[in-house]
Amino acid sequence: MNIGIDKKADKTILTLQEERIDAHNSAELKDYLLRLLENGAEDVVVNLQAVRFIDSSGLGALLSGYKNANLRQRRLVLAGLQPRVQSMFELTRLHRVFDIYPNLQEVLADDDRADSANRSHSQ
Amino acid sequence: MSHTDINVDVVVPNQTRYLGLIGNIAEQVAKELDGYPGDRDMLAYHLNLALTEAMVNAIEHSAPGDEKKTVRVCIHLEDNNVCIRVYDQGQGFDLNTVPAPNFEELGERGRGIFVIRNVMDSVNYRKTDSGNVLEMRKRLA
Repeated sequence: MNIGIDKKADKTILTLQEERIDAHNSAELKDYLLRLLENGAEDVVVNLQAVRFIDSSGLGALLSGYKNANLRQRRLVLAGLQPRVQSMFELTRLHRVFDIYPNLQEVLADDDRADSANRSHSQ
Repeated sequence: MSHTDINVDVVVPNQTRYLGLIGNIAEQVAKELDGYPGDRDMLAYHLNLALTEAMVNAIEHSAPGDEKKTVRVCIHLEDNNVCIRVYDQGQGFDLNTVPAPNFEELGERGRGIFVIRNVMDSVNYRKTDSGNVLEMRKRLA
């Protein structure tokens, strides 16, 4: 599986460079997320912009990452879902579980908003 | 291509590396259908999804490590339905006892049949002489 990795503002950003996430590559994604969190990654953003197909095992891999991040008091959020991919999250009600952002810019902007809210609270 | 021309019959090894190939065939079939009144891209996605989930199911139920086993996929049109059959060579299971997923529990597995039931209009699973077949239909009008 081709995964681009980047760091921005204490976040590890994973860009999945695959059109399909299915039972052929989902175990690899699950292991990758697990290793990343085991190696001390802070919050993780999974950018799904390039993914146009995901099956139930792909959802399971992301869910595994989400649960693992929670166990370690970290966040795993999703960004850039294509409409058909978004529909899979809605069908399985997982859109209620994950924080889903339209794109990476929104994830980082959300952080900026949270930071300025924290600053104003601490003043 | 007219509806009556579509009759796909493919046999692939019992391996997940062929999921993309089979899913793409399903998408191409959807795109070739004449006169489909609905959202053709959505239909293509749903057929890809149903076939992918069904094939994973077939692989898991027929000794995934056994490279001699195969999965057979047939797609044809019948009475204004797309009919997809996925044949496995395993022991089979009882479709009626597969529970719906519990949305409150975050299990990593167990959504495949639920997904198929939601994107197709009918789903059946029965024994054949050499294994089992999962038969799924989608109405075109």
